[in-house]
Amino acid sequence: MIINHPLLGPCDAQEFVYKGDASLIDRPDGMADGTDAAFYDYAYLRDNPAGEHRELWYHEQGDRSWLVVTRNTVTHEITSVELARDVARSMGRSR
Amino acid sequence: MRYSGFRVLKEALTGHKGWTPAWRDPDPQPHYDIVIVGGGGHGLATAYYLAKEFRQHRIAVIEKGWIGGGNVGRNTTIIRSNYLLDGNEPFYEFSLKLWEGLEQDFNYNAMVSQRGILNLIHTDAQRDAFIRRGNGMILNGADAELLSVAQLKREYPFLNYDNARFPIKGGLAQRRGGTVRHDAVAWGYARGADSRGVDIIQNCEVTGFRIENGKCLGVETSRGFIGAGKVGVAVAGSSSRVMAKAGMRLPIESHALQAFVSEGLKPVLPGVITFGAGHFYCSQSDKGGLVFGGDIDGYNSYAQRGNLPVIEDVAEGGMALFPGLGRVRLLRIWGGIMDMSMDGSPIIDRTHIDGLYFNGGWCYGGFKATPASGWCFAHLLATDTPHKTATAYRFDRFERGYLIDEKGMGAQPNLH
Repeated sequence: MIINHPLLGPCDAQEFVYKGDASLIDRPDGMADGTDAAFYDYAYLRDNPAGEHRELWYHEQGDRSWLVVTRNTVTHEITSVELARDVARSMGRSR
Repeated sequence: MRYSGFRVLKEALTGHKGWTPAWRDPDPQPHYDIVIVGGGGHGLATAYYLAKEFRQHRIAVIEKGWIGGGNVGRNTTIIRSNYLLDGNEPFYEFSLKLWEGLEQDFNYNAMVSQRGILNLIHTDAQRDAFIRRGNGMILNGADAELLSVAQLKREYPFLNYDNARFPIKGGLAQRRGGTVRHDAVAWGYARGADSRGVDIIQNCEVTGFRIENGKCLGVETSRGFIGAGKVGVAVAGSSSRVMAKAGMRLPIESHALQAFVSEGLKPVLPGVITFGAGHFYCSQSDKGGLVFGGDIDGYNSYAQRGNLPVIEDVAEGGMALFPGLGRVRLLRIWGGIMDMSMDGSPIIDRTHIDGLYFNGGWCYGGFKATPASGWCFAHLLATDTPHKTATAYRFDRFERGYLIDEKGMGAQPNLH
């Protein structure tokens, strides 16, 4: 698979380390009430869809950026690649 | 019809006119006591043991495609019980004992061959870990044997003992491990279940569950609603997709695992060997092909095929161990979808929905578990209590912190 890096252009997927579902960006607040249940959900449960899947890839053999890749889990086709930083900021997570 | 050598001889002399289909092709009835979703090895084994051992009646197995068309037909056919942890080892040893009597039990030639499995040791630390694992196996009634390099060289003279990076320093053998003709497992269980009255309904996809007031009343299928007292789901590989129809999210990711078979060769490999420094395992089928595999591809996938980097990685592992492999031509490569769970161990449990039971999360170890998985799931469905070897395989172990993590990798499914 080729991942079209937003800054570096097309890169072999072998340069990356796969993390998993992009919802892992949305880490729960450890100080909030009911945080046990929220962290169980965050750490262990997954949607695991057949079809379009937003997922985190880390460019370890490259610029060490985290990417959010939208990929079809049935065909392996990649339809969009964003910097995870931008995605997190758009969710209001970055300071 | 009972199969026997005498029967084969009789049919040979009478033009093979007496054979009948091994199982019926019934239409679904409106209601069953127990409906099993998934006509793979585990689902068929569950139905078989429900009917035979637990004396249950009015059972159906519902399969989207044809029986045995999923992972029971796509694996590398290895059976073994060389696990370390208390939650796992008694279960897998129970499974191996069932394999040992399986063919007589269901009167079908599954070609169970206890040719032994050998895990190779490459470092001192690995030897310590394998001695510990071997002791864990022996404590649970399994067999384990530590082999020296001299012993290994007698049995496996063709391995590369002096690889500069991964020299072979010994091995942990389980002589009772081996291989089984995988398709015959599905067919044997199907025939055994069918002859005890189980309806095996193929080409019937489950499209939803009918759940009212927290109770599962049956399944909606492509062939209409089928009512059920209890529904057991055994669809590893597609567990998340099916259970999503009941509104559940699982501690599972689906990953593609590739397997390989070479052209047919004369006998070269006496048993199953696994490389300890990379991920490579290999056996020789009775047709002569070398059957081997390695790591999963490592990213979520429902495609029953993988990509080239893992093929290269597996081939490198094979060459490091077994240089003669380089002259062998590859015949086929295929992929299957694994339920990779968050701790690398399976789940056999009730769900929070009354009457809905789940069996899945087998990672890439589901084939060897087939008999015990069927037995334990049947036990759970029939008695509402877990079988004594499967008490650890609960849904809530993640929330409660009782993970069964053989590899100690944590909640990262592609590392198990």
